[in-house]
Amino acid sequence: MATLSLRNLVKTYGKVEVLHGISLDVADGEFVVFVGPSGCGKSTTLRMIAGLEEVSGGEIRIGERLVNDLEPKDRDIAMVFQNYAIYPHMSVRKNIGFGLRTAKMPKADKEKRIEEVAAILGMGDLLERRPNQLSGGQRQRVAIGRAMVRDPAVFLFDEPLSNLDAQLRTQMRLEIKKLHQRVGNTIIFVTHDQVEAMTMADRIVIMKDGYIQQVGTPLEVYHKPANTFVAQFIGAPSMNMLPGTWTGGGVRLADGLGIELPRRNATEGAEVVLGLRPDDLLVTDRKGLFSGTVNIVEPLGADTLVYVGVNGHEVIAKASGREPPQPGQTVELTADAGEMHLFDAASGEALP
Amino acid sequence: MAAQDVAIKASSDTLFSGSSRASRRNMGQFIRWALLFSGGVLMVMPIVFMLSTSLKFPFEVYNLNLIPEEPTIENYTYVLEDGRFYHWFWNSLIVATLTTISAVFFDALVGYALCKFRFPGRYLIFIAILSTLMIPTEMLVIPWYLMSKSFGWLDTYWGIMFPGIMTAFGTFLMKQFFETVPDDFLEAARIDGLNEFQIWWQVAMPLVRPALAALAIFVFLGNWTAFIWPLIVTNSADMYTLPVGLSSFGDEVDVAWELIMTGAAISTLPTLVVFLVFQRFIIRGVVMAGLKG
Ligand SMILES: Nc1ncnc2c1ncn2[C@@H]1O[C@H](COP(=O)(O)OP(=O)(O)OP(=O)(O)O)[C@@H](O)[C@H]1O
Ligand SMILES: [Mg+2]
Repeated sequence: MATLSLRNLVKTYGKVEVLHGISLDVADGEFVVFVGPSGCGKSTTLRMIAGLEEVSGGEIRIGERLVNDLEPKDRDIAMVFQNYAIYPHMSVRKNIGFGLRTAKMPKADKEKRIEEVAAILGMGDLLERRPNQLSGGQRQRVAIGRAMVRDPAVFLFDEPLSNLDAQLRTQMRLEIKKLHQRVGNTIIFVTHDQVEAMTMADRIVIMKDGYIQQVGTPLEVYHKPANTFVAQFIGAPSMNMLPGTWTGGGVRLADGLGIELPRRNATEGAEVVLGLRPDDLLVTDRKGLFSGTVNIVEPLGADTLVYVGVNGHEVIAKASGREPPQPGQTVELTADAGEMHLFDAASGEALP
Repeated sequence: MAAQDVAIKASSDTLFSGSSRASRRNMGQFIRWALLFSGGVLMVMPIVFMLSTSLKFPFEVYNLNLIPEEPTIENYTYVLEDGRFYHWFWNSLIVATLTTISAVFFDALVGYALCKFRFPGRYLIFIAILSTLMIPTEMLVIPWYLMSKSFGWLDTYWGIMFPGIMTAFGTFLMKQFFETVPDDFLEAARIDGLNEFQIWWQVAMPLVRPALAALAIFVFLGNWTAFIWPLIVTNSADMYTLPVGLSSFGDEVDVAWELIMTGAAISTLPTLVVFLVFQRFIIRGVVMAGLKG
């Protein structure tokens, strides 16, 4: 078990810089999820931590040890890959025990360790099977077992659930989280699924184009997004973004509509963007912030998503699941001032 | 009532289109079978001819009848009682086996390096290896011969084997097969602490077993039946490989085809064994790949 620290981590491929100075401190036993769109550099960062990619600049420390130039096997890490990478020609027992081959411990202890890990993963009676006799979920468990068996300081996961079907993914998500609570190792988990990030992480690192956009707990990144990218990336459906100007006491939207807001750190007349999550923008019976015409209704059971046309553009709002509005109907929309997000239009930075 | 009509019509529709589809399928089936059958006949004919000739007396050899008028197994007793046959068989077995082991090993090693490592000149080396495929053996035997002569390799096992200890085709084949091995496997092994050679041997090689088996069959057959080079590099009858030895049956005026065919018939046995042994790997490999998620 150990802390992990990245200092100004840079990665270049030839002349192209794909990571532009990533800095991050991960506490001992913390579960950190890297999330971001495809190509943002999540895997590259993870693979540099693992030692599979050379470090072009900056420092990686595991514990207090600088590991930049250490071989993967000397870094005290283990990695679980997207397509499992368990060896098809070996039994589950051999696969799990593979990482112990070189460990200096008596054979009996190794066997015990393998059985222990298998028991934790609920695979005790599958040890003699070959991978092709296992389901996708079981294979992924073998891969996790192989990582666990060495009890590494840091676990690295690169989109380990994306090959599983939706139901299994939810189940494995829970299992990995339980596993973390049980074994307590530091975990770095890469995904492009923001739901996975929200549900599993102690802290989320949101990346884009080789830069970290924000680091925070799931609630922080949801309720206090640092910029428009984070605001739109986290939460589904995406946050509604309404351009306007700051009037000092509120926002005047492009279509002339005025919305009052508590004091913000913006200069009067500045171009801003008002962000409203669909979850916070509610269809109401009373007079709301503004009104619009319902275009499309998407019942989700508990709630209903309504796509509302407001002065020529469309916002997504939420209505009750029991008595949803009908398409064509005019509805009033309201939101709590505390849940309104304001961003600088040019830089995208949040204006607190 | 109307609904029932519709239902009946619908079902007769599907019946009809079903039967026409079936007949079209039968037609396709027929053509396929006919093609396969003629292909099979073409391939089997020489073998049948070989067996038939081996059962003939010399006077009948140039009658092209398939069933010998007076079948005899005298040729077999003659060949099997001739001590030279066993000697040549043994020579061929040693040469073909060692060459196969060596070629499969080095082809896989080089193919793997060309496929999975990034280093300057990689592409150039690959092209250079591939381009040797375009040079026919007939052109190479002279330099090979001169080389063997100056190194004193003439009339030795090594002299027969050295051109085949690595093959361009095998290198190409293995490189292509290693492309199908996801890098994740290798990286997982790297993290597990294997060195690069162990990764190749313990992880990558088992994953391409079907290709290794196919390559082993090719190389073995190629060397077992090789003729020109062994003929040139060997001088003494003691060093002949089986094909070279067989061709020496007969005298200056007459080629003893019935004996050659007999020897050839016997010499197909090891190739059958090799094929049967390795074929199982190929089929198992395919099944395994099919189940891999
Ligand atoms: N070997 C390479 N050579 C050149 N560029 C590369 C190489 N590997 C990755 N890149 C580039 O680095 C950037 C980051 O890639 P990376 O694989 O880290 O993305 P990712 O965030 O993991 O995306 P995904 O969600 O699709 O897995 C991408 O723009 C990619 O094109
Ligand atoms: Mg990735």
